[in-house]
Amino acid sequence: MDKKEILFGLMAAIFLALVLSPFASQLPDGLERVADDKGFSEKEVEPSFSSPIPDYAWPHFKSEKLATSFAGVAGTLLVFGMGYGLAALIRRRQIQ
Amino acid sequence: MHIPDGFLAVNTWAPAWLISVGGIGYCLKKTSLVLKDRMVPLMGVMAAFIFAAQMLNFPVMGGTSGHLLGGVLAAVLLGPYAGAIVIAVVLTAQCLIFQDGGLTALGANIFNMSFLGAIGGYLIYNIIRKIIGDNKGIIIGTGISAWLSVVVASSAVAVELSISGTSPFRVALPAMAGVHALIGIGEAIITCLVIGFVLKVRPDLIYRKGE
Repeated sequence: MDKKEILFGLMAAIFLALVLSPFASQLPDGLERVADDKGFSEKEVEPSFSSPIPDYAWPHFKSEKLATSFAGVAGTLLVFGMGYGLAALIRRRQIQ
Repeated sequence: MHIPDGFLAVNTWAPAWLISVGGIGYCLKKTSLVLKDRMVPLMGVMAAFIFAAQMLNFPVMGGTSGHLLGGVLAAVLLGPYAGAIVIAVVLTAQCLIFQDGGLTALGANIFNMSFLGAIGGYLIYNIIRKIIGDNKGIIIGTGISAWLSVVVASSAVAVELSISGTSPFRVALPAMAGVHALIGIGEAIITCLVIGFVLKVRPDLIYRKGE
């Protein structure tokens, strides 16, 4: 992949997070639906630590949609760096 | 199908953690044997794309939504082991930063969506691809294995719920597999669209063992 193609892929991901994610369905997902229907959703416990951006909403944003967009773009960039960085690390160790 | 904290008992999440740590170690080792320069940025792009796509819940029947898991998508482009690592990276970030999926349940989530989703999905994809051959085999293999990977991963959730005593197997399995048979159709469509696009513009990015 050359620089242009990497940028294209990353931009496509950012587009999904920035523009589309605020309009994603808010309905419960498959597991949440089953937990509700089968009566075990109350077993869910609060996490033992506090996440910086819980539920894909950037804190202190008035607009819910903007909060989701920002959280989405931040997460997309973060995992891009994590995936790329980890792969580069494996590649470097492999060459040595 | 990110399992939150509380659904799994320690008899389930602790062994799942052990399997996941060992499994990721194995995946890293296997990836280091096949990783090529062109795959390095692709691992970042795939992680970014799958993370973003996982935010896009689409409605399915009965007031329920689903989203892409991306295991087969990652594995068709990166191979099973690098694909599994990408999914595990996404799941870890979702758990730690976005409170999506529990910390105790992270091992089980990696087992279900990364190992079963990416590696299991790839095994099925590869068999179908070889039988049919050509680009047709790639697309049909992608579609079938993408659908199956979601159903299998959701069935594994049902097994884990029943071992934990959260929901009996005969209740959890049909419910989980049933709703995810629908969500899996979305998985198959999205995965085929992306792989079809890559086949058109950069067919060399499709993972082929030993090349």
